[in-house]
Amino acid sequence: MITIFIPTPLRRFASEQTKVSLRAKTVAEAVQSLTSIHPALKPYLYDESDAIRKHVRLYLGEEDVREKQGIETSLKEGDELSIIPAIAGGSKSPFRGQGQWKK
Amino acid sequence: MSTIIDKSVLKEIQHKLESDYPNEGCGFLFGTDNNRVRHITQMIAVDNQSTGDQRRHFVIDPHDYLKAERYGQKNDLQLLGIFHSHPDHPAIPSTHDLEFAQPYFSYFIHSIQKGKLSGTRSYRLINGQLLEEKFSIRQSTKAH
Repeated sequence: MITIFIPTPLRRFASEQTKVSLRAKTVAEAVQSLTSIHPALKPYLYDESDAIRKHVRLYLGEEDVREKQGIETSLKEGDELSIIPAIAGGSKSPFRGQGQWKK
Repeated sequence: MSTIIDKSVLKEIQHKLESDYPNEGCGFLFGTDNNRVRHITQMIAVDNQSTGDQRRHFVIDPHDYLKAERYGQKNDLQLLGIFHSHPDHPAIPSTHDLEFAQPYFSYFIHSIQKGKLSGTRSYRLINGQLLEEKFSIRQSTKAH
């Protein structure tokens, strides 16, 4: 079994669970299995072409899987995979109305 | 759902973001959430890791994010959101803010004008939009 850590913003789509244990041989298989168990997570993890969303980071232990073999990275018994939302932003291009925010 | 933030936390954020001026500063917000009242009782500032123009962008290192989640679990605190500054810009979310916005989190944006805090607003991602959430400020009962 491997464990997948669910970040706070996505827990509501995973029955409020912090960690999900499942069987998987690769990162791709693990994420696919996770979204089979919790389908509400799917739009937050995959884009329209079924690729992992560009603002979703997947860490195996302390290492970004993009620095390994990406989603084809192999998993072994006891591994912990963490889903990490990319956190960024800034003042460039502030909205000026257009209903994107309200007072 | 109402959101409360301790006055001491706002003061800490102000100090951090004014120190970071003219660059954008950022960090995490922690507290409790019982589905009716969200109460922010603690902040942890982190370095802006943007490799671009830090006066207009901020990036939080994924390792810092993991640390924040672990800190919350260890201390029985909920990770409630993110704060960041808009130096010499209003406390209004940008397209960049919206692009990275996560559900559930409160996004506190602080406008820092000429090095001094001039306004704070909070937003939440609802139906694909960052909508302003009202918050109240509470006198803290403990020192941080």
